[in-house]
Amino acid sequence: MAWFRRGKKGIKAAVDKKDMPQGVWLKCRECTEILYRPELEKSHWVCQKCGYHFRISSRQYFQLLFDEGSFVEEDAGLRPSDPLHFRDSKKYKDRIVAAQTKTGLDDAIVSGRATVDGIPVSIAALDFSFMGGSMGSVVGERIARAAQRAIDARRGLITLSASGGARMQEGILSLMQMAKTSAMLAKLAEERLPHISILTDPTTGGVTASFASLGDVILAEPKALVGFAGPRVIRETINQELPEGFQRSEFLEAHGFVDRVVHRRDLNRTLATVLAFFGDAPMPTGRLRRRQDDH
Amino acid sequence: MSEGMGGWLDFERPLVELEQKIAEFRDFADGEKIEIRDELRRLETKAEKLRTQIFTGLTRWQRVQLARHPRRPYTLDYLQRLTGCFLELKGDRGFGDDRAIVGGLASFRGRKVMVVGHQKGRDIKAKLERNFGMPHPEGYRKALRLMEMAARFGRPIFTFIDTQGAYPGIAAEERGQSEAIARNLLVMARLPVPIVGIVIGEGGSGGALALGVCDRTFMQENSVYSVISPEGCAAILWGDRARAPEAAEALKVTAQDLSKLGVIDGIIPEPPGGAHRDVDAAATSVGDTLDSALAELEQLSPAELVEARLQRFLAMGSYLEDGLPKGLGHS
Ligand SMILES: [Zn+2]
Repeated sequence: MAWFRRGKKGIKAAVDKKDMPQGVWLKCRECTEILYRPELEKSHWVCQKCGYHFRISSRQYFQLLFDEGSFVEEDAGLRPSDPLHFRDSKKYKDRIVAAQTKTGLDDAIVSGRATVDGIPVSIAALDFSFMGGSMGSVVGERIARAAQRAIDARRGLITLSASGGARMQEGILSLMQMAKTSAMLAKLAEERLPHISILTDPTTGGVTASFASLGDVILAEPKALVGFAGPRVIRETINQELPEGFQRSEFLEAHGFVDRVVHRRDLNRTLATVLAFFGDAPMPTGRLRRRQDDH
Repeated sequence: MSEGMGGWLDFERPLVELEQKIAEFRDFADGEKIEIRDELRRLETKAEKLRTQIFTGLTRWQRVQLARHPRRPYTLDYLQRLTGCFLELKGDRGFGDDRAIVGGLASFRGRKVMVVGHQKGRDIKAKLERNFGMPHPEGYRKALRLMEMAARFGRPIFTFIDTQGAYPGIAAEERGQSEAIARNLLVMARLPVPIVGIVIGEGGSGGALALGVCDRTFMQENSVYSVISPEGCAAILWGDRARAPEAAEALKVTAQDLSKLGVIDGIIPEPPGGAHRDVDAAATSVGDTLDSALAELEQLSPAELVEARLQRFLAMGSYLEDGLPKGLGHS
């Protein structure tokens, strides 16, 4: 992880080549505005015109959320196996290798420890670019271990989600990761250590229906798709169009399932405030940027 | 689903027809006559052979069909046979009562237990009332309320799992389907009383697991338990729900598969031809399993119970660590 200490320049190297649009000029997926890449990097991959949050990698989030150079990866060396000998048009084994080659990751998760404004935390972050951020045994195990490390070191746990749900290629074992991660969060809560869950686009299925919905504080990036069933499945089941804004972060906030929708540029300050509240550090002075509907 | 001919599956129909023929023959023929007795014996031998032929080596898809059999016993069919007293308790105390999940106070072989389970409907009206056994968030919250109540009063919990999955609808999302399921997983993991779960039909994804964080989990011989329905899996993999039988094979959804993998504690045998052919016998087997599992768990203190449950779920997984196989499914 040496590249990680290179500071801001490291961002470019960490950008996932296939998931990130190429070239110096990019089109916003939301408003179709043509954007200049260096500007976009400076704004943490948020469209300056419409506020669309591009999908970014766990490593890019670490740059954004943590004190520079503070991230240390833990529990690396866990790799997926193929307990079911699953194959469809491709073997699961081949899909794993392809995803590893594409992303440079071992699985859809990077976990470790870091500091936020000097406050130590455990972190487990999903990468959507690796098989849709799906949760199989490695994801479940690394989240469970991150929670255990948080307990051992008496620090809070941050999870950052971007996932299509359980990894069906691991069958029932992927379903069981929901119980496994939730059970460890129960233990973390008993230890009176906070879990802060950050939801990014998209967070659905078994991830939403387990650890991601179990934060003491749940933050979500604007307009992220967050839900249990996917919109396509719901549309086909009820055979009607879905309402505007359905299953977006703002929808979840309005229905009481997310504490705050937070713009990417404010994630670090928000996190620092929440962590300070739960721990010994003084609350940061100065106000967080107010949203229009805050009171 | 083949619901024609009185709700029998294609592959069991020859057997059912033969059995009906035998029954008619017995009713109308004169059993004193030696040639009729011989003919009856011949038909019965044939039926026995056919039964063995059909039910040994069922494909995974056939197991799925049996798990969804229109005549398969549901939670209340078992409770009726297994409990001396069952007092249903309703509602989540927040929004409403979800009829896709039932729960209540029961007596069972000299014990007092809390029971919760998914409930499907038999006829069209009941199917609609029960929403085809697919719960909304309030169903999971009702189950949670009852389970927490049981824990407070030191009563063990039985869960009966039988759902296609949590309902994918607008209202369900508005009321927090994800949160409801996740909350059950978190709370069940730490309840200080024994929890025994039985998959009696379909163990469909998160909607099933929300009643599935147990100290012991058993599956009936012809039940299935899966992260995604075979149809849903086939739709994602091949864009074709009709390829569900292939998906069922790939997903390894049967009791036999899960037992081999080490995810469940045992398989409960069903009467010949499936639980629906002899519900009383099926219920007795389920009851015996609940009884012995509970007797075992009652030996543990609440602290031991909860720690063992945590370890049980921490062991769920299969991966390589520094190249070495860890967890389940490496044999
Ligand atoms: Zn834009």
